[in-house]
Amino acid sequence: MSDAHAVGSTSENTATNEDTTEPIVSVENLGVSLGGTAVLRDVAIDVPEGRLVGLIGPNGAGKTTLLRAINGTVSIDSGRVTVAGVDAATCSSRRLARLVATVPQTTTLSFGFSVRETIEMGRHPHVSRFGAMDDTDVAAVDSAMAATAVEALADRPITDVSGGERQRVLLARALAQETPVLVLDEPTANLDINHAARTLELVRDAVTNGALSGQAAIAAIHDLDLAARYCDELVLLADGEIKAYGPPEAVLSAESIGSAFDTEVSIGTDPVTATERVVPRATVPAGDTAADRYVHVLGSGALAREAIARLAEAGCSGSVGPIPAGDIAAETARLNGFRVVDAPPFRSLSTTVKDRVRSRCQESDAVVIAGEIGPWQQQLLRELDCATIGVSGGPTQSTEGSSAGSAGSADSVDRQCSIERLVGELVDRESA
Amino acid sequence: MGVRQRAVAYSAALTAVLAVVMTVSAAIGPVYVEPIAVTKVILNAVAVPVGMTLSSTPVAGSPLQVPGIELIWHAPFSFGTERVHEQIVLGVRLPRIILGATVGFALATAGTVMQGFFKNPMADPSIIGVSSGAAVGAVAFIVVPSAIPFGIGLRGAAFVGAVLTAFLVYLIATQGGRTPVATLLLAGIAVQAFLGAVISFLQLYSGESLRQVVHWLMGHLGNARWGDVGVTVVLVPALFVIILAYGRDLNVLLLGEADAKSLGVEVERTKKILLVLSSVITAAAVAVSGVIGFVGLIVPHMVRLIVGPDHRVLLPTAALAGASFLVLTDTIARTALGGSDIPVGVVTAALGAPFFLYLLRSREVHSL
Repeated sequence: MSDAHAVGSTSENTATNEDTTEPIVSVENLGVSLGGTAVLRDVAIDVPEGRLVGLIGPNGAGKTTLLRAINGTVSIDSGRVTVAGVDAATCSSRRLARLVATVPQTTTLSFGFSVRETIEMGRHPHVSRFGAMDDTDVAAVDSAMAATAVEALADRPITDVSGGERQRVLLARALAQETPVLVLDEPTANLDINHAARTLELVRDAVTNGALSGQAAIAAIHDLDLAARYCDELVLLADGEIKAYGPPEAVLSAESIGSAFDTEVSIGTDPVTATERVVPRATVPAGDTAADRYVHVLGSGALAREAIARLAEAGCSGSVGPIPAGDIAAETARLNGFRVVDAPPFRSLSTTVKDRVRSRCQESDAVVIAGEIGPWQQQLLRELDCATIGVSGGPTQSTEGSSAGSAGSADSVDRQCSIERLVGELVDRESA
Repeated sequence: MGVRQRAVAYSAALTAVLAVVMTVSAAIGPVYVEPIAVTKVILNAVAVPVGMTLSSTPVAGSPLQVPGIELIWHAPFSFGTERVHEQIVLGVRLPRIILGATVGFALATAGTVMQGFFKNPMADPSIIGVSSGAAVGAVAFIVVPSAIPFGIGLRGAAFVGAVLTAFLVYLIATQGGRTPVATLLLAGIAVQAFLGAVISFLQLYSGESLRQVVHWLMGHLGNARWGDVGVTVVLVPALFVIILAYGRDLNVLLLGEADAKSLGVEVERTKKILLVLSSVITAAAVAVSGVIGFVGLIVPHMVRLIVGPDHRVLLPTAALAGASFLVLTDTIARTALGGSDIPVGVVTAALGAPFFLYLLRSREVHSL
């Protein structure tokens, strides 16, 4: 008992501590094995009321198993899962079904129940064996259907609706269950971007306003950007263990995500939602590789940004500058691990900056000129005897601001190519 | 229309159909009795308890008296009927018709439960070996009566064989408190195959009684007397009421076991209860009628095409339709070839299969 207490207090520290009420879902030292393999080890989370907690992690990390431990559909080896103070492993299915509603990842719906009949099954734990649905039950079904916008489908057979509609029907079924806890396994997997966002908004509303159903929700979410945008807290699971747990901005670090998913990622900020955005770095393709090249980019704005992104994608390392720190190309450079030579805007270049740019250019295998460059940079290129490639904007590039024509002055540029050809040009030049 | 209203409306209509089918069936035979006369005879036989008296029976050789209660029956109808008609309808035809209706009712109920339970359109009442078990019990009784203990008779032997087989299959398929339906299905098939071998072996050494064995195996309702009807007629409706109470659980189980559990169904316990109920109801039917195929397979499908998959509506309608179907086919079985009885199992398959194929072609069965 003292052991369990200790775990509870540690997890309180990781959670934001504005809330001191009892957690509605509490998982302590949870261990689960399936077919002799440990799927979850020593997992502990506390979900207070009013929270939407996202489970993220690679395939096979144990996200679904953790959800199944909470909704009582998997037997646990060690530890304890309580929902609203009730032990999920030992209480009756009916009692647990009044506490936890589940939106399953997949379900066998190969029979001709109508959409409405399917949603009415959410009332199963509330209706007695010999009883029929009363007005409360009908009202719960109606409001769940309204919330998920499936009223128009009410009389269609569930077998005839699309995958996305079916997922909304399952969400409606869970909402109709009117439980304090909502468990969702990939609720957005089959949804278009509109309905994915609306679904999570709906869940978050339900959690924060308590108007619909859930007072707390736990969702396994594949899409890290959506998870960052809608969840109050994230739990990063990998290999059956919690790797990180806390608010999205704390959990979504390049190191933790990178190691959990075994890939390189960049964490940026979505310019629209101002929430974290995870961008996987492409693994270098065989053949047209430029992995060992170091490239310095002169220029700024959209064209420089695209050049950096393409170079980074091809595996190049490099730098950019002089460039104002707030330039969009500087942001892309930082996310891609390029070095940035900062230069404050509207001021002449300092000697330090000039020296740094010069040395970067000298180190580089090639200098890429993207967009307009100043007279000092042109002078520098003439002084240095380095390979230069000028890029011009392709059809995909937006042309506002920077002139997308020829870059730099023709005399200082060895070659000129379109942005699409940049990586190819770099590789060709070396082998030529 | 609500589920209850639908269930009641369909059931009322099908009860009326059953009443008509039974009356017509009782009219048809070597001696034709006007349906009106049949109705009168049946109504005359109806008696309602209107009161009771205390009686006392003296115990032989002692001054003690055993008190008892005797009901006073009153027959509300007394139409003028012919004595011969009374004997034909009440003494000969009605026991067989009522037994047929009860067996059809039981088989269709069990078939509906099994199809929902296994989520498999091929499932029928005998899928976990109930019929094979009954057959082994019955055939063993016929071939080597001395092997069957306790003097339980042919029907008792069949019933015990059926229930024991279902229990055995359940035990084989259960591991660590869980009974996966796929394992249950395959264990049922394997046990059926084994029992099939036992039956073949017994047939080989049945000698004189081979004809009786084959007759039993084909399924028949012939020579039913009121005494045979008794237990089955009481047992089947009682079991049906309990099964009906699990209608909503059956619906939810169709979603899959994990979903059903998260919707509050105590999955393993419900599965066990449904298996026991449907095995016993099947055993009660098979024990008196032999193996009658197809009723439990196709009647639920036919009814499902009309009323939909909701078990709260499907169970009563399929059961009543099964009763009508078996009374109808048995009427054909006993009248088609003049005096000689065709085993009703032959007729159900011969008529049911083409009709079912017609339904399949005209109204694509794409789901349970």
